[in-house]
Amino acid sequence: MPDGSFSHPQQRQFNPYTENGGTILAIAGKDFSVIAGDTRQSEGYSIQTRYAPKVFRLTDRAVLAVNGFAADGNMFVKKVQQRLEWYRHAHAKDMPLGAIARLIQTMLYGRRFFPYYVYNILGGIEEDGTGAVYSFDPVGSYEREACRAAGAAQSLVQPFLDNQIYFKNQQAPAGQSHPLHLPLSDVLAIVIDSFTSATERHIEVGDGLEIYVVLTKGRPTQDLEGYRGVKELTTRPDGDRVFLIQRELKKD
Amino acid sequence: MSIMQHNGGSVIAMVGKDCVAIASDLRLGVQSLSISSNFEKIFPVTERLYVGFPGLATDVTTLREVFRYRVNMYTIKEERAIEPTIFTQLVSSTLYERRFGPYFIEPVIAGLQKTPSGSYEPFIAATDLIGCINFAKDFVVAGTASEKLFGVAEGLWEPGLEPEDLFETISQTLMNAVDRDAFSGWGAIVHVITKDKVITRKLKGRMD
Amino acid sequence: MAATSAYNSPGFDFSNTYRNQFLADRGVPLPKATSTGTTIVGCLFKDGIVLGADTRATEGPIVADKNCEKIHFISDNIRCCGAGTAADTEFTTALISSNIEMHALTTGRKPRVVTAMTMLKQMLFRYQGNIGAALVLGGVDITGPQLFTIHPHGSTDKLPYVTMGSGSLAAMAIFESQWKPDMEREEALHLVTLAISAGIFNDLGSGSNVDACVITASGTEMLRNFVKPNERVEKERRYVFRRGTTAIKEEKVRRWVVDEEEVTPVGGEEMDTS
Repeated sequence: MPDGSFSHPQQRQFNPYTENGGTILAIAGKDFSVIAGDTRQSEGYSIQTRYAPKVFRLTDRAVLAVNGFAADGNMFVKKVQQRLEWYRHAHAKDMPLGAIARLIQTMLYGRRFFPYYVYNILGGIEEDGTGAVYSFDPVGSYEREACRAAGAAQSLVQPFLDNQIYFKNQQAPAGQSHPLHLPLSDVLAIVIDSFTSATERHIEVGDGLEIYVVLTKGRPTQDLEGYRGVKELTTRPDGDRVFLIQRELKKD
Repeated sequence: MSIMQHNGGSVIAMVGKDCVAIASDLRLGVQSLSISSNFEKIFPVTERLYVGFPGLATDVTTLREVFRYRVNMYTIKEERAIEPTIFTQLVSSTLYERRFGPYFIEPVIAGLQKTPSGSYEPFIAATDLIGCINFAKDFVVAGTASEKLFGVAEGLWEPGLEPEDLFETISQTLMNAVDRDAFSGWGAIVHVITKDKVITRKLKGRMD
Repeated sequence: MAATSAYNSPGFDFSNTYRNQFLADRGVPLPKATSTGTTIVGCLFKDGIVLGADTRATEGPIVADKNCEKIHFISDNIRCCGAGTAADTEFTTALISSNIEMHALTTGRKPRVVTAMTMLKQMLFRYQGNIGAALVLGGVDITGPQLFTIHPHGSTDKLPYVTMGSGSLAAMAIFESQWKPDMEREEALHLVTLAISAGIFNDLGSGSNVDACVITASGTEMLRNFVKPNERVEKERRYVFRRGTTAIKEEKVRRWVVDEEEVTPVGGEEMDTS
């Protein structure tokens, strides 16, 4: 009886988590990495905002995508960025990608019993100049992969990527083999089509699309120049470079 | 876990140019334990009409017999083969009759509909477990891998595929979807229906 | 087996409920049916009624049907928009449509909207809300334009503008700010389009296209896909596979005879027709 008396045992609960929809994905190439996410933030059947970025530039060679509980995601990115700044002050250089991945693991596991309710995908350029993608679970288990989707439409996008990036279930023509790495233009096309497909069939995906492209130092950029509205976000010359492509998605 | 996931299994149907295709996995399981890799869920209704029953295996068998009986009765009474649109209504009303005690099946229907001029046009449809019909012009999916099937099909399908191209598209859609589903897989079967023939192929894929 | 019986009693068949209840009691949750998240509206204007609906059907967060029809036929002069459990709206309206036709035939009069409304509410009340149909019923009869909402438990409202479904608040916001009495046809149709669009763009349960239906004393005009603001953009790439991409274990081909040619037997004896 909720009458304020203590004659009956009572229990009250506060649920500190919500799900805010959206989807993120990342694909690694030979000398580049693509990290993308939609910009819709929702709760239940309502759209909270049509533009809430889920993908963030950390350094000139590292981009982090966060998906799940938006409040936790924003706080987590802020804390990662703070740690990276401290690293810069201490060592006068940006933290390498693999080290950021390990940092994220320890930060997530540090909250093992009150986790950040977010799935992280880290993309960028490794110290040897290769493209890399690291994906995490909410408590810090992580793995380096060539491609990964996460979030509301993970189950829609990941099998499509298996087929188009890893060539799963496809027989190569006689005497030929599948390419190990796809060119950037193909990857960008697959990323955009993944998101338009997910927008068609998942109610929480849509509104806008942000695609970050990280290129290894000295790589030519002519295959990016054809894309309308591409912006460069690189902060320092003569290193790896970060670009951003913004697209519209359906708003229903 | 939901009863729809108990035995596992998925079905998909797609429209092509003057043809349709319907495909399913071949797994029968009990929760995470796989029992059979030869459990067909797609059955012929007429020469150019097929139906797939993903869902609870006991109801797959029951409904196959129910519809065999009802289609036979229709054929005898009407003295003609049942058309896909009519069969879809039959499926729908049969399932809705049990609105408050449903069969745990989400049927997928694919066939060629005879037009008044005597030609055939592609027809696909799916219903939920209480008979709400979904007429689609592109593809329909059902079963434990339905989300994955939606995602891949939305990416791979395009209009006007020839029978052989449709076969590749539906096969790739099905296999890549079931490979990400724990309750579907263990082999796959595809039927491509054209006006003069039905091509049935079993696919080679992952068996884990 | 029940199905082998030659006689089928009319109405629902409850024979699976023991089995399903047993499963439910063992802690197996019963699956959800397709529901239409939905925005449906109705609006009164000078000479009639405009009904509107979106075209998205959902299963949880997944879009099951991008272009379904939610404005159902009741009679020539009455239509009904349905929200809630998709199968229930479909079959309830079909049943009442049938009963209305029978009623019209026995009375020899054009059916009235109140008659359909009463039939619907009595049926839904009898099922105590277990038939999950939320309806907007509109039409024009001998008494003039009529507009009702019917809730799953059987309660009804009679108002000049109504909305239902998950997008009802978004749509009602448009009506509350812009509806006025005695609008012209075009004005009312535009307002309904705005209301449905508000649902489509602001409610995740609603989407795709706007269906509309204008009913006046002179006739009914069904405007299927009246506005299509959500066409999919062209893909960046084509995904047709090289033939032979998929590995095959076995193949069976069954051929049907398509063309039959009538052949008269040569040298046969003439049939006796005397």
